[in-house]
Amino acid sequence: MALKIVKGSIDRMFDKNLQDLVRGIRNHKEDEAKYISTCIDEIKQELKQDNIAVKANAVCKLTYLQMLGYDVSWAAFNIVEVMSSSKFTYKRIGYLAASQCFHENTDVIMLTTNQIRKDLSSPNQYDTGVALTGLSCFVTPDLARDLANDIMTLMSHTKPYIRKKAVLIMYKVFLKYPESLRPAFPRLKEKLEDPDPGVQSAAVNVICELARRNPKNYLSLAPLFFKLMTSSTNNWVLIKIIKLFGALTPLEPRLGKKLIEPLTNLIHSTSAMSLLYECVNTVIAVLISLSSGMPNHSASIQLCVQKLRILIEDSDQNLKYLGLLAMSKILKTHPKSVQSHKDLILQCLDDKDESIRLRALDLLYGMVSKKNLMEIVKKLMIHVDKAEGTTYRDELLTKIIDICSQSNYQYITNFEWYISILVELTRLEGTRHGHLIASQMLDVAIRVKAIRVFAVAQMATLLDNAHLLTGNMQRNGICEVLYAAAWICGEFSEHLENPVQTLEAMLRPKVATLPGHIQAVYVQNAAKLFATILKNQEGNTDSTAAQETSQMMIDRLPLFVQSANLEVQERASCILQLVKYIQKLQQKDVEVAEEVSALFAGELNPVAPKAQKKVPVPEGLDLDAWINEPPSESESEDEQPKAIFTKEEPKHSRPRHTEVDEKELARRREARKQEQANNPFYIKASPSSQKVYQEAPGVEHIPVVQIDLSVPLKVPGLPMSDQYVKLEEERRQKERAEKKKKEKKKRKEKRSGRGKKHDSGPESEEDITPAHVVDIVTEEMPENALPSDDDDKDPNDPHKALDIDLDKPLADSEKLPVRSHRAAGAPKSSAEDGEAENATPQEPKKKSSKEKRDKKKDKERDRKRSKEEKKKKKHKHEEKEEDLLGGQAEEPVVQSEEMKEVEAQPTSTSAEVSDLDFWLSNAPVPSNTQEAATVAEAAPAPEAPAGTAADSEPEEPKDTETEESSSKHKKKKQKKEKEEKEKKKKKKHHHHHHHSDGGGEESVQNGTVEEEEPLPPMSNYCLLAENSYIKMMMEDADQVCDIQGNLQDGSQVVVSVIFENKSDSFLKSMEFNVLDSLNSKLQRPEGSGPHDGLTVPFQLPPGVSNEARFVFTVQSIVMPQKLKGTLTFIVKNEDSSTHEKLDFKLHFTCTSYLITTPCYSDAFAKLLESGDLKSSSVRLEGVNMPFHHLLARICFHHHFSVVERIDSCASMYSRSIQGHHVCLLVKTSGQTVSIDAKCDEPTLLGNVLDEIKQTFSQC
Amino acid sequence: MIKAILIFNNHGKPRLIRFYQYFAEDMQQQIIRETFHLVSKRDDNVCNFLEGGSLIGGSDYKLIYRHYATLYFVFCVDSSESELGILDLIQVSCSFVFVETLDKCFENVCELDLIFHMDKVHYILQEVVMGGMVLETNMNEIVAQVEVQNRMEKSEGGLSAAPARAVSAVKNMNLPEIPRNINIGDINIKVPSLSPF
Repeated sequence: MALKIVKGSIDRMFDKNLQDLVRGIRNHKEDEAKYISTCIDEIKQELKQDNIAVKANAVCKLTYLQMLGYDVSWAAFNIVEVMSSSKFTYKRIGYLAASQCFHENTDVIMLTTNQIRKDLSSPNQYDTGVALTGLSCFVTPDLARDLANDIMTLMSHTKPYIRKKAVLIMYKVFLKYPESLRPAFPRLKEKLEDPDPGVQSAAVNVICELARRNPKNYLSLAPLFFKLMTSSTNNWVLIKIIKLFGALTPLEPRLGKKLIEPLTNLIHSTSAMSLLYECVNTVIAVLISLSSGMPNHSASIQLCVQKLRILIEDSDQNLKYLGLLAMSKILKTHPKSVQSHKDLILQCLDDKDESIRLRALDLLYGMVSKKNLMEIVKKLMIHVDKAEGTTYRDELLTKIIDICSQSNYQYITNFEWYISILVELTRLEGTRHGHLIASQMLDVAIRVKAIRVFAVAQMATLLDNAHLLTGNMQRNGICEVLYAAAWICGEFSEHLENPVQTLEAMLRPKVATLPGHIQAVYVQNAAKLFATILKNQEGNTDSTAAQETSQMMIDRLPLFVQSANLEVQERASCILQLVKYIQKLQQKDVEVAEEVSALFAGELNPVAPKAQKKVPVPEGLDLDAWINEPPSESESEDEQPKAIFTKEEPKHSRPRHTEVDEKELARRREARKQEQANNPFYIKASPSSQKVYQEAPGVEHIPVVQIDLSVPLKVPGLPMSDQYVKLEEERRQKERAEKKKKEKKKRKEKRSGRGKKHDSGPESEEDITPAHVVDIVTEEMPENALPSDDDDKDPNDPHKALDIDLDKPLADSEKLPVRSHRAAGAPKSSAEDGEAENATPQEPKKKSSKEKRDKKKDKERDRKRSKEEKKKKKHKHEEKEEDLLGGQAEEPVVQSEEMKEVEAQPTSTSAEVSDLDFWLSNAPVPSNTQEAATVAEAAPAPEAPAGTAADSEPEEPKDTETEESSSKHKKKKQKKEKEEKEKKKKKKHHHHHHHSDGGGEESVQNGTVEEEEPLPPMSNYCLLAENSYIKMMMEDADQVCDIQGNLQDGSQVVVSVIFENKSDSFLKSMEFNVLDSLNSKLQRPEGSGPHDGLTVPFQLPPGVSNEARFVFTVQSIVMPQKLKGTLTFIVKNEDSSTHEKLDFKLHFTCTSYLITTPCYSDAFAKLLESGDLKSSSVRLEGVNMPFHHLLARICFHHHFSVVERIDSCASMYSRSIQGHHVCLLVKTSGQTVSIDAKCDEPTLLGNVLDEIKQTFSQC
Repeated sequence: MIKAILIFNNHGKPRLIRFYQYFAEDMQQQIIRETFHLVSKRDDNVCNFLEGGSLIGGSDYKLIYRHYATLYFVFCVDSSESELGILDLIQVSCSFVFVETLDKCFENVCELDLIFHMDKVHYILQEVVMGGMVLETNMNEIVAQVEVQNRMEKSEGGLSAAPARAVSAVKNMNLPEIPRNINIGDINIKVPSLSPF
């Protein structure tokens, strides 16, 4: 007995340590789980002891078990205990365990706050280090909030070891607690220049991570990073910086220019491959961001390509892989320079490494041309034969199809060749991609008429040899091909050489082993074939042959009638009965062929997959309304069948109104025919058999491109002649003429070169190119989606919260960081959902200037408040935790330090932003310092118009920015500066157009200029009301308003009103009220009456202005409207306060309902063709300004965008918030400007034109 | 950002795992299995980058790995990391891991060593990567910091490693089989001193 007690004691004192556990597990290979469960029981016992060493040992073992996949969260509390040990050894074990198994939902984490804080301020730097390391893995929002200050202090620790850890962990803190970013940022920036390279590297690391997600906020750091890049020797840091620059250059092309040279130098000088590679990558990014084709950069491209070639040729597979990866980036913008290395890339296809082969395949996709397609595919086919693994072979197969079918078979010059490739591919066994081949066959056969004869012949052979394909049914996806083959043979049976044989092949008993859906197609198409055969045979007056065929059908079909597949069964039994009936008729010598073939008459036309979606809902049709009152349980809606090629015309193109008379039908038919004739996307081989192609606005945008070469191309013609825009006509006619000429040539060539597969001569290269302008991008977007780089962002992305403008003065973050940031963040996120883009970008600017003024006066007060709040918060936490861990809280110096930081920051950032511009532009220092300062505060560099920056004129960026800043002043002194403003604006617009012209483009595509440029925010503000009688209180309020439509909601208009206090008194309790009209209503919060005013959510100290936004719902937008309103407010003086009120009138112009919407020229043309638009025109006399100024003014004041501009003619487009399209054609000659306009709402159009007229009459 | 560091052997047995983003234990194991599956079927003479790995990350993530003797060192990183840089880092950190935890690097001993000193390897790794970001790339600096901390641990007496060895013999005794007359005297001596437990 005594011995047992002794053993127990010893056991407990010296339990198994980690090594024993591991050894034990290794010794119990066969019953590992059982052994571990006894170990876990032991560990549980150990954890119950008071001895911390035993506990630490147990926790250490748990960490190991966690790695093996055991959940150890039950020991979380013990881990916290071990973490709080005073011994470094145990503490380290505790933190390690915590970092491995704690996460945000671990409850005990909240107990750790004080312990961690204590460790962070420990005199032992390694205690601190261990705590930081651990925290970096399990930091939660609460921990981040509570410890942010402590960590920030550590960033200035004396030991670099702690500094670098503190700097790094700040990134995690930012992610969890975004509000900490702004206060901490100045110090983080400071660390970029830390004397210790490790700290420096950490800071670079953090800022790079931050900037990667929200690059624009970090643009102002570019000069600093540039300096680091040229001075640092640490490759790791250099790589990070260079990667960061890669992210920044798309935002600021001027930066790219500046980078090229040092990067090129690095490429030449560095021996580190990693650095070289990143340099090349960034140079590529720069070249992409700069408009391509600039002659002086071709050297850089050459350098990159050449270096990449060296990488690819290297024996190191890694370099080879990366070289190919980077090469594919160049390919996107500079395909020519890559194409010259085709040999190398083809060589990589032979590489033994699959990743490399796949990369090379990716590259091939972009390298094909009409000339080399066949050669490349031939090579790929060889690889297909050689490839042993199915994955790689399947990849090859999809790539071949991708390469050939890209851009609507743009590179295929011989479709017979393509069909034979497809047929060859069917020989692949065990591929998963049978359906892919099948859909290609169908697509080509349907869309390329001339190929049908050939295709049908091939398919018939396939059907005949079906047994080869289906040899091993189960593992064979290739039998899908038979689906296509059967269908093609059936549908185009008139081209079959020996239809009876094919029919026989389709009705073989073996077919019954095919998957159901394929059998169904077999049966159906057997019927089609049968119809064709009857037709042929009855013509021969040989009735026996026809009857034999019928008999064969009757003999074979019962097999399918018995099919387990419902579809097959149903079709088979229908057709069987039909054939039986036909046989009866035949026996009576009745001619049936006509009737039978009528069953399958009509021709198929390709319908774009998205056509259905694009069909607009006809007016007056409410799809959400019940047709009949719903039954108690409504059935789920029928899904749209997915079939790409529908047999019948889509329903919507059928006349909806049953009462339409015969005449009307005829008229419509005529109109349709005409449309088809003019429809550029309508594929026709011969002008005869015209078939209805569904016509709806939008459908035509889907590029169904004319591809056939050997037959007369249906000319991508013109939309209906009566709705035709002159300019378009001229342009396209030219094209058409050229086309026809070439076609003739082509046909001849084709005839002579028939049978020869590689007949793509140099002529064919030029032949098709101008046939199509494919531009899906604009149309595929939902209607109110605007181009925005935030589109792809995950709404749950933690980095979104970090999209904080760091150049803003810190003022309001002091006040209450949480709220002010959220407020700024909220509109942004809604902008990503598609809000009008011009609504939001302006906001920060307005705010910043407001803040600046706010700041000075409110600072002191706010600071006190925030301090108090923070103290309160901390106390709460302490109370909670004190009894648990007994830790004492220290919240000393930190806050005051933070304050210092805050004070220092505004000046430094403003200096820096202007620095950035100066640095980028290489211009002399702006002479007017005051203005420069405003620039810095008001316009963060990313706002600088990207289009503008492409030009290298040194003083130009300064100009535009100055312009923006001056418009800021206008807020205050609007009237006085009006004239000056006009002048400046002219100057500004001059600049823009100068650049676009400088680019060598004659017609300015929409988006290149206008869209990119944020409009100067203030110029649309107008004086709303003003207290002119400045009396006893000397108080006054200005209201300036800007009315903007809001795309999010068709009937909402947002009005921004700037309130400015012109008096020496304090204004408060402002209430904004508007007398609602029937049509327009102020949106009030729920629960308030229709006549209640809205409280303006701020007060105004003297001399301060602020902006509030009010939302109005508007029913009809076709007429301008005026709303009367009142602003009441209390004027508070030192000794008294009075109630004041100010009346105003809100004027909603029709223009204010328009939203600048980009529109591409082809979409625009479609719109004009659609015929729904009413036209109107206006003439302006005595307009004395250059044409581009004129356009700019229209764009600017009336929210239009330029679609296309040719000489002194321009088409412009805008959309109303309710989706009305407004199109303008502006022409000028001398001083006369004529504007032809079209809109689906004539009243709206009239009003808009009046407003335009007025704009120009004022100047 | 580095999303995870995984070290496993040729059979897919994890030797060290470090996730810088939370995954539940079973998910972690699944990721290890998937990663092993992806990595193990690759030849040694192919490139060290792998795209895909559906469980962790997605399109932005890459697996960068090195195969040393019986061990795979896999880093799962996103696009902000330089591929070649990470590759160098793996080289540095694992050669360092070996050198540090063992005097010499022999093929099989490497793995064993890792097995028995997982915690040590973690501590070393913590000096290289922190919270998914590269903390230090300077080899000497890493060595210095790790050594200082190990010395601290030694001065505190470590985690009772030595006595455990001594007693493990006792623990492994099968009591019923021990003849009564053996060692009783020795153990009896110890009893009084143990009673306080």
